[in-house]
Amino acid sequence: MTPLTPVITEHWDDPELFTLAGYRRHGGYTALASALKQDPDALIGMVKDSGLRGRGGAGFPTGLKWSFVPQNDGKPHYLVVNADESEPGACKDIPIMIANPHSLIEGVIITSYAIRANHAFIYIRGEVPEAIRRVALAIREAREAGLIGRDIAGSGFDLDVVVHAGAGAYICGEETALLDSLEGFRGQPRLKPPFPAVAGLYASPTVINNVETICNIPYIVGRGVEWFRQFGTEKSPGFKVFAVSGHVNRPGIYEAPLGITMRELLDYAGGMLDGRDVKFWLPGGSSVPLLTADHLDVPMTYEAMAEAGTMLGTGTPMVFNDTVSVVKAVTRWLEFYKHESCGKCTPCREGTYFITGTLERFEHGHGSEREMETLVDLCDQIAGRSFCALGDAAATPYPSALKYFRDEFVAATTTPVDEQFDPASAYVFSGAAAR
Amino acid sequence: MSISETTRAQLEELVARYPRPRSALMPMLHLMQSLDGEVTPDGIDACAELAGVSPAEATAVASFYTMYRRSPGGAHHIGVCINTLCGLLGGDAVYEALSERLGVGHDQTTPDGRFTLERIECQAACTHAPVMTVDWEFMDDVTPTSAVDVVDRLERGETVRSTRGPVIRTWRDTERSLAFPDDGLAAEGTPVDAKMLAGLSLAKERGMAAPTTAQEGR
Repeated sequence: MTPLTPVITEHWDDPELFTLAGYRRHGGYTALASALKQDPDALIGMVKDSGLRGRGGAGFPTGLKWSFVPQNDGKPHYLVVNADESEPGACKDIPIMIANPHSLIEGVIITSYAIRANHAFIYIRGEVPEAIRRVALAIREAREAGLIGRDIAGSGFDLDVVVHAGAGAYICGEETALLDSLEGFRGQPRLKPPFPAVAGLYASPTVINNVETICNIPYIVGRGVEWFRQFGTEKSPGFKVFAVSGHVNRPGIYEAPLGITMRELLDYAGGMLDGRDVKFWLPGGSSVPLLTADHLDVPMTYEAMAEAGTMLGTGTPMVFNDTVSVVKAVTRWLEFYKHESCGKCTPCREGTYFITGTLERFEHGHGSEREMETLVDLCDQIAGRSFCALGDAAATPYPSALKYFRDEFVAATTTPVDEQFDPASAYVFSGAAAR
Repeated sequence: MSISETTRAQLEELVARYPRPRSALMPMLHLMQSLDGEVTPDGIDACAELAGVSPAEATAVASFYTMYRRSPGGAHHIGVCINTLCGLLGGDAVYEALSERLGVGHDQTTPDGRFTLERIECQAACTHAPVMTVDWEFMDDVTPTSAVDVVDRLERGETVRSTRGPVIRTWRDTERSLAFPDDGLAAEGTPVDAKMLAGLSLAKERGMAAPTTAQEGR
């Protein structure tokens, strides 16, 4: 049995952890002190050697991303933290910022020093004021303590950190849309290349990292590459803040090494609600192909999930039991993508409307077998044909659902899904609470 | 342009936060709608002037993001997550109960101007499903009954606390916090709850811990 390994979450039960004093009581900002004595290139090398991969979903090697920033180019460099956590099912960055905002700030300062950025932005979605105010307080406290500002701890390094509130747009979690949004434009993705490392914020070299990724940095710098690599696998080193949700007895945050299985996570989460069976689950958000009970023993790593035909994504598994109609679940996700498509690229803008409209007919029992194939074609036409991954994501749920649950789509050609699956049986409350 | 000197000073403070004025457009819009209850043409003009863009460009930005109101809303914003996970686990029933209680549908405001109801998308709190928000503060693990009770208590003017955060204020207050987030409320309530501590508590109970040195784990 893979043990739980609280690292980022280790001191979350200290109610003072969100304050500078609380964070320092647990060794906070000691990694920063050591980082500021090192050569920035050595820090980039260290993060490269650690094998840390981005925790926002794509899993790109973090050190490699940092190394793409051209040095001595005379341009300002920027660090932008992607804290726009809006992926359906993803709920780990917001808890991190609420429980331990200083771990993010310490990571931001070290990262900025490494990539030689004097300005860092933390872009947090606007719908979570609790996370925004806690990060804002952490920034003020760090500034007052001389950890942000001019000549930090006598190192000669200057840094300003700004927290920026979004205003409701899933697309801004896409890194180039986020940059446009931060520049004060509509949040629409840019064509790449050029990549942000070369021409990002204000057309200057920019590193964009996810919250959890940045929170790993102080630990890697403070405890070393060898320590970090004892967790996880060769290709997926480290630990992960897993957020388990859905029909389980104890939904919540579970931090464990990469490579833990869903079966083990389910066990930690108290098993399935009412002892029912797992019907389908998604390892990390609605944008990754779904899996079934047959995949519970696949290690939760970037490589093993890819081999199983899906992606680790945000590492926030959603688990559904056999009371849920997969047709209804997929339709609801497509309604989301349709609403959130920014409209820039035709395949995504029009495609999400077509798929959603068709799926809604299935939901009401009016689908047809011919349309089941049309939808496959449509998804093929959308994937890979838009500027950003939102189009790809929108083309993901249906094909994977069809692969494992074809019969349900066939049944939805004659019978409304709510007649096949009583919606109330999937609720997590019952009796008086349900009125 | 009809903004006060105080407002102008606050907008200038937002502009000073960024390397380029246009970057302040989003927080400026949050501030203006906290003052006016919506993004008004005057608000647009003020933001546009300080951001150095045309009113048309500022309008294009304001209309892109769903949190900016283009018409007046209720004193409180009530959001119910109806994305797949929350919705199917009971959010749909919560929304129906609230819609019936308030007598309004999606993006509609009660005639007395107290509440605006909205079907919202994933709130990054799936571990706490079904999730409701009041003025964007978390109301976790709601049921139809508890959700209606929240509305009843707000209507009676009672103090209602977010399940992971401060006492509920108003939608306008939250919008102001989005422009000026160091709002003095970070220590309010118990934002770290049992679900966020689920793994840590279990690890402690079972004596599991991450090694803190490289050697220890070998």
